[in-house]
Amino acid sequence: MYNYIEYGSSEISNDNIDDQEKYEQFMARIEVGEKIEPDDWMPEDYRQGLIKLISMHGISEIMGALPEKEWTPKAPTMKRKLGIMAKVQDEMGHGQLLLRVAEDLMQPYGKDRGDIMEDLLSGDLKFHNVFHMPTKTWADAGMVGWLVDGAAIISQTNMLDASYGPYQRALQRICQEEVFHAQHGEAIIMALAEGTDYQREILQESLNRWWPSLLMFFGPASADTTGSSKQNIMIKYKIRKSSNEELRQAFLDKYLPRVFSLGLTVPDETVHYDEAQEQWIYQQPDWNEFKQIIKNKGPRSKERLRLREIAYENNRWVRQALAKDQVMT
Amino acid sequence: MTVNSAEEANQDVAYSKALKELIYQLADDDFLISFRGSEWLGLAPHIEEDVAFSSITQNTMGHAFMFYQLLEDLGEGEIDLLAHERHPDVRRNGIYLEKRNGEGNYLEEPYYDWALTVVRHFLYETFKKVKLEAITKSSYKPLANIAGKVLMEQPYHLAHWRIWMNQLLNSTEEARDRIEARLNEAWEEFGDVLEFGFQATEMEHFDLIIGEEELKERWMDEVAKTIPNLPSEPLGKKFGSGREGQHTEDLDQALATLSEVYLSDKEAIW
Repeated sequence: MYNYIEYGSSEISNDNIDDQEKYEQFMARIEVGEKIEPDDWMPEDYRQGLIKLISMHGISEIMGALPEKEWTPKAPTMKRKLGIMAKVQDEMGHGQLLLRVAEDLMQPYGKDRGDIMEDLLSGDLKFHNVFHMPTKTWADAGMVGWLVDGAAIISQTNMLDASYGPYQRALQRICQEEVFHAQHGEAIIMALAEGTDYQREILQESLNRWWPSLLMFFGPASADTTGSSKQNIMIKYKIRKSSNEELRQAFLDKYLPRVFSLGLTVPDETVHYDEAQEQWIYQQPDWNEFKQIIKNKGPRSKERLRLREIAYENNRWVRQALAKDQVMT
Repeated sequence: MTVNSAEEANQDVAYSKALKELIYQLADDDFLISFRGSEWLGLAPHIEEDVAFSSITQNTMGHAFMFYQLLEDLGEGEIDLLAHERHPDVRRNGIYLEKRNGEGNYLEEPYYDWALTVVRHFLYETFKKVKLEAITKSSYKPLANIAGKVLMEQPYHLAHWRIWMNQLLNSTEEARDRIEARLNEAWEEFGDVLEFGFQATEMEHFDLIIGEEELKERWMDEVAKTIPNLPSEPLGKKFGSGREGQHTEDLDQALATLSEVYLSDKEAIW
């Protein structure tokens, strides 16, 4: 469900375009809305940008299962147990779908899913900032579905017409399922908002805690904030349409009225809609903290990676058994 | 003999007592093994398995839901109360199904054992299939109908675990050793799963299900189709009989986890 244009290494340049003609044809195709398929010619920075975007998206789906997993066995009713099980299973399914797309793109480099997993564990591959955060109460299970998935829908709708066919098609399905997830989250939130004092208390506490992460969700407004950003190249190649800030404004537009109508507040006294500028004014989250978080120095980064590491190491014998005739690490 | 509704069943005290006992076993078995499955989420050997396993786990929780619903209809109390509040002494799941997935817990350092999971699910799903098939002919129609419904998807669950058994038994030496060790362990513990408990005679007498011995034979025949070299010892019940309310600390851990939020505010509607 999750991707922003990540803070990361500098843009790859296309200095050595040995075939200017192919490049021009490629650009002409995406200009008229044609989709690029895995075996088509594509510029190197397009391929590498996609690999980074899609493998991060895929791995974030998988890492994203972990915070919600903390509440899955504890879900408070049979119906909630069924709902959250179905939801987290969908997320794993998205992860699988996306890693398949990334694997196709990585093929020319002789890399596959094993490399993605190794890169995650070594810290070379980032996962989304929201999944480095702790969960404390059942309200967090609702918050992840309602606002985190709500943010994801906004950021993915932005790419529903992406120029790369396999990703664009995967996103159609993912977005449809995310709408159910947001409804699942909203249902949990509504029950809490209409519930006992204790329920309202854990709901507000959860929102206060998640607010900075939700603002960070869409990434920095520009490269000035964190050092680098790939927004422009992704827009040029028609992977996405809107900028990080435009997406964040769309999120605030959609959700702040809902937050207020439930009688909830956000931990920002300055937040308001400025009619003249036609945008929400809000207090910036701590972007230095964001940089730390995505370097795997967030509150739960180590623990979540540790779970994946244990799963990976502890099940090595199973993978070896399944691939008896293949060379296995 | 055919009983078509909860009202009808409750008119005969002896009948409804045996019926409820049988349904509690079905509900609690599925509930506990599904809980153990939910702890595995995100930790399976590969992503495709995580997707498949969590789908099976979710279906199984759905089956538990339907069985608890039958009990609610019979006047035993609300579904969520039955699932979350009952004391261990009245829980009827087989003890082997409450067993922890391995070392550690699902939040920290979960050194879960895939061999235990494959063996447990294979043995349990084989058992569930033969039991439900017998129940499709049950005198209590609402239960027979649910059994038929569950059997529309449950054989796929069994097929999944049968493939795992075959693959792991026929691959590396390490995999075979691990599976065989867990199988020997299961043989010491699985016995009570196959039992019907206090109301065994009545269940058969009222045509709720076939006899305990016959079910056990059917199960053994099915298991032997996948595992040619079954342990030679008789099946044991190392920790007692869950069908009679005996349980281990592992059940306490499971119940404390699965009812933590539910119990945090019992007035609340979640």
